[in-house]
Amino acid sequence: MIIENFKNLGAAAIASSVRAGDASPSDMIRASFERAREIGAGRDGLNIFLHSDESASLEEAEVMRARLERAPDAGILAGVPVAIKDNIASLGLPTTCASRILAGYVSPFEATAVTRLRAIGALIVAKTNMDEFAMGSSTENSAYGPTRNPHDVRCVPGGSSGGSAAAVAAGITPLALGSETGGSVRQPAAFCGVVGVKPTYGRVSRYGLVAFASSLDQIGVLGRTVDDAALGLETIAGFDRLDSTSSDAKVPIYRLSALGGPAPDPQSPDTEAIRLGRSPVPLPPPPSAKTLRGVIIGKPKEYFPDSLDASTRDLCERALDRFRSMGATIRNISLPRSPLAIPVYYILAPAEASSNLARFDGVRYGLRVDPGKGLKAMYEATRSQGFGPEVTRRVLLGTYVLSAGYYDAYYKKAQAVRTLIADDFRSVFASGVHAIFTPTTPTPAFPVGAISDPYEMYLNDIFTVTANLAGVPAISVPIGRVRHLPVGGQIITAHFDEYTMFRVAYALEAGLGGEAHQ
Amino acid sequence: MSRERYEMVVGLEVHVQLKTRTKAFCGCSTDFGAPPNVNTCPVCLALPGALPVLNERAVELATRAALGLGCRVNPVSIFARKNYFYPDLPKGYQISQFDQPLATGGSVVIGKNEKGSDVQIGITRLHMEEDAGKSIHDRYPGATAIDLNRAGVPLIEIVSEPDIRTSAGAGAYLRTLKQILQYLDVSDVSMEEGSLRVDANISVRPPGQSKLGTKTEVKNMNSFSAVERALEAEFERQCALLDSGGKVEQQTLLWDGARETVRPSRTKEGSHDYRYFPEPDLRPLIVDEKWISDARTHLPELPEARKQRLAQEFGISPSEVEQLTATPALSDYFEAVARASGDGKAAYNWVMGEVLAALRPSGGDIAHFRVRPADLAELLNLVRDGTISHTAGKRVFAQMVETGKQAAQVAADEGLLQVGDESAIATWVDEVLSEHPEEARRYLAGEKKLQGVLVGFVMIKSKGRADPKRVNQLLSTRGG
Amino acid sequence: MAVTRQDVLHIAELARLGVDSARADELTKELSAILAHMEVLSQIDTASVPATAGVGTEGTPLRPDVGESPLMERTLESFAPAMRDGFFMVPRLATHEDSAESGA
Repeated sequence: MIIENFKNLGAAAIASSVRAGDASPSDMIRASFERAREIGAGRDGLNIFLHSDESASLEEAEVMRARLERAPDAGILAGVPVAIKDNIASLGLPTTCASRILAGYVSPFEATAVTRLRAIGALIVAKTNMDEFAMGSSTENSAYGPTRNPHDVRCVPGGSSGGSAAAVAAGITPLALGSETGGSVRQPAAFCGVVGVKPTYGRVSRYGLVAFASSLDQIGVLGRTVDDAALGLETIAGFDRLDSTSSDAKVPIYRLSALGGPAPDPQSPDTEAIRLGRSPVPLPPPPSAKTLRGVIIGKPKEYFPDSLDASTRDLCERALDRFRSMGATIRNISLPRSPLAIPVYYILAPAEASSNLARFDGVRYGLRVDPGKGLKAMYEATRSQGFGPEVTRRVLLGTYVLSAGYYDAYYKKAQAVRTLIADDFRSVFASGVHAIFTPTTPTPAFPVGAISDPYEMYLNDIFTVTANLAGVPAISVPIGRVRHLPVGGQIITAHFDEYTMFRVAYALEAGLGGEAHQ
Repeated sequence: MSRERYEMVVGLEVHVQLKTRTKAFCGCSTDFGAPPNVNTCPVCLALPGALPVLNERAVELATRAALGLGCRVNPVSIFARKNYFYPDLPKGYQISQFDQPLATGGSVVIGKNEKGSDVQIGITRLHMEEDAGKSIHDRYPGATAIDLNRAGVPLIEIVSEPDIRTSAGAGAYLRTLKQILQYLDVSDVSMEEGSLRVDANISVRPPGQSKLGTKTEVKNMNSFSAVERALEAEFERQCALLDSGGKVEQQTLLWDGARETVRPSRTKEGSHDYRYFPEPDLRPLIVDEKWISDARTHLPELPEARKQRLAQEFGISPSEVEQLTATPALSDYFEAVARASGDGKAAYNWVMGEVLAALRPSGGDIAHFRVRPADLAELLNLVRDGTISHTAGKRVFAQMVETGKQAAQVAADEGLLQVGDESAIATWVDEVLSEHPEEARRYLAGEKKLQGVLVGFVMIKSKGRADPKRVNQLLSTRGG
Repeated sequence: MAVTRQDVLHIAELARLGVDSARADELTKELSAILAHMEVLSQIDTASVPATAGVGTEGTPLRPDVGESPLMERTLESFAPAMRDGFFMVPRLATHEDSAESGA
């Protein structure tokens, strides 16, 4: 059957119609692929997918249908098509990180986050385009060509999770997984007018996420709405014995945060029933002056510099007004060390990357180029032909800052300043601020090819990278448009307080209503 | 000779494989001898997206080793990445520990000096790390074959202070260290099987000078004696170099056992820049103080303590104790026999004599020897109370080794129970005297030295069952 | 601190990245320009800041010394560039000596 209005359906709506038997999982797969064709998601169009296989997805959908017949409670994402960033290992479709060095590589194991999605009924439809090894802010650094922004094909979708953001923005899937190291979910979410969440470091298992900078990397979720993102995150969050840095802190039902108030006990039978989809999530009351009563939202001056794009500033002020009208208090705050975040990040992330990418050596898997001049020549030919220019640049930068004589001046110094940046966040939250609001990016999406200077490109992460360095959760929510290009607002909360982050995000989404996309 | 003008200064780095069932950071088996790359998984193959999780047992064994070597165990230690490319190093880095190791500041006593005081070698640090795989260079022409079964096996690295002054001292240190680690039961410590590996740092200086000379690192030794010989060769080389007005260059050298010489490795100096930094995939290793004190309380008895206790308890000499404590299995065996038989001296004689002789042909392990200590003790008791003779005892032992039967049963089956009965012995004596009239005549005529011969005939006739004391007594009365 | 061409060639060697002469010149400029932006950090007083070693304050979790490794749903042969008799094959090292260089 034809699914009406598929491109506007949220994950929860798709799952409930599948579980009610109104549509089959295969219907949803067909609708997803039909939408991809309609919008031109292919290589010669938006270039969103790197790998997809409609017939394999349809077979999985059939398996899901059979499972649903046996157990109608088969999961709250039953039949929901999901796109996965190509640096997250999956069985079936390749995992190439948009790099030549992994061309054709199919992982023999699956990321914990993907396994958890499948376990509650999600269907993987595609691996999405990205900046090679997640190094970039525009999805132009893909070995397989840039992805285009569905709102304006002349513009970039942001990056590095540009393919996942574009898939959601284009209405191909209601949910997608991306990954963050310095803003790679939130920035493309902002550029594409969708919701993007980066959880607390340790909240989601990194097992199966191809490492870029291990102390910063987190899998994140992109969704059309806050509800999609909340549902996606509560599904993949939680301790994993395969990731030593994952946290065993309890995972609340984030969707209940829309009701306001503190998180209910995740262990109680009522919340458990909601988590499993046996009871529906109660509808939140319409936004009112009570919605955010008692909530203190910090506005950090360092994130509203004079140089900020004027239209972006106006949209942020509008969002802050909505917070006020919903009962929140806006407090001017300072995160004084935030301006140091870009230098710190571009020392630490390349340093870790230089080590994480050493495994791509042509010995056990992936590309091998052997000029026949011995082992060292094989290493050098494989790696120089396998990696693109930005990856090469960062691996060299990282090697440099770790090398003898430079370690203290760069790596060690940057680690210390990272601590100071995190301390700023800790003291703001300790002072009673519940959430911090900032623009997600300094500007809306820019044209493909517009930025060629590497450092200028790095500055795209200026408002997002601090959350990665501090390890705190953050979400980007659409707050309006500059002409036709979306703008995102960012909400940051304390470590493991995704519940409050989602509460404020739900309120903002409801408070802006249709204005969020105007 | 030039070498008398210099003093050797040596520090050793010893890598020891820990005795765990699974690897340091994944659940793959550590068994030897599996087909290539069978004991591998996404983690130890370094597949994209795989992550390490630390093996609890490895921490336990490393901590035990540290405590046994008198080190201070640091409550917080940090894993670090040591970055270098090599095809048997799958991740392109080794997970190791760098500026915050598991343990620091221990020592071992390797003997006594001329003045009778302990010669002590300091231990700078002990840290945990993972092993690399194996590169096989000589099986396929023009190619190197990589087997990653060993990749990720847990190791400890024990770094000594530069306290060693002679090659013999290096050998003594290594033997002492090996013995301690065996007693602690943390490793198989076999250099032949590669579960113990040694690199040496050596420099020379004029005696009395406190400043250290430029050191070289010597690798590729495959036995303790190779370490000693390599140090001698390198010492000679450095002395000769200085005598001829040259300077020692900091470099890595490889021991060539076939040529009995060291030669420079081909790698350029300075090309090793390991770019250590804290391993972000693991959190700090936190060893609880209580856990450390429990581990200290439950530490197995160390060789020195065992020696003192055995000497005291069983009244055996220092040199005998030294032999008995060579390995923990041998001393365990001895102690069980000595305790069950109540006779340390006999236990020493039997264990060092018959038991080791019986094990020798098969090269067997005393821990799995067929004759259990309690069975040997029973045999010793039979001999001591005269139920069987010492000679018969050896025959019984041989049967026990062969059949696994108990001593008393073997003695009975073989008719070896000693006969002390006067009438039976008298009959054998009479028979012998009548069967050997010439010897009998001369003996009875007073040629006393023939008594031994006649006793021998009686023993043969009785198949060893006659109690020689009684036979002697009887013959004396006849001859008297 | 400006990066020199020699630095670039040295780190390219450490990172096993073949860099040709023209690219080495470009990279020298690019890396110097990027690192110039990092100089700001040298002005920050971090003397009293503890180095953030690793992540988090809890100890690393430990796994029992038993059990199985994560499953492999594909064989090594399905992704290895060159295998023979179960071994990963690589071009032979320049000399046997190099083998003794391997870390552990």
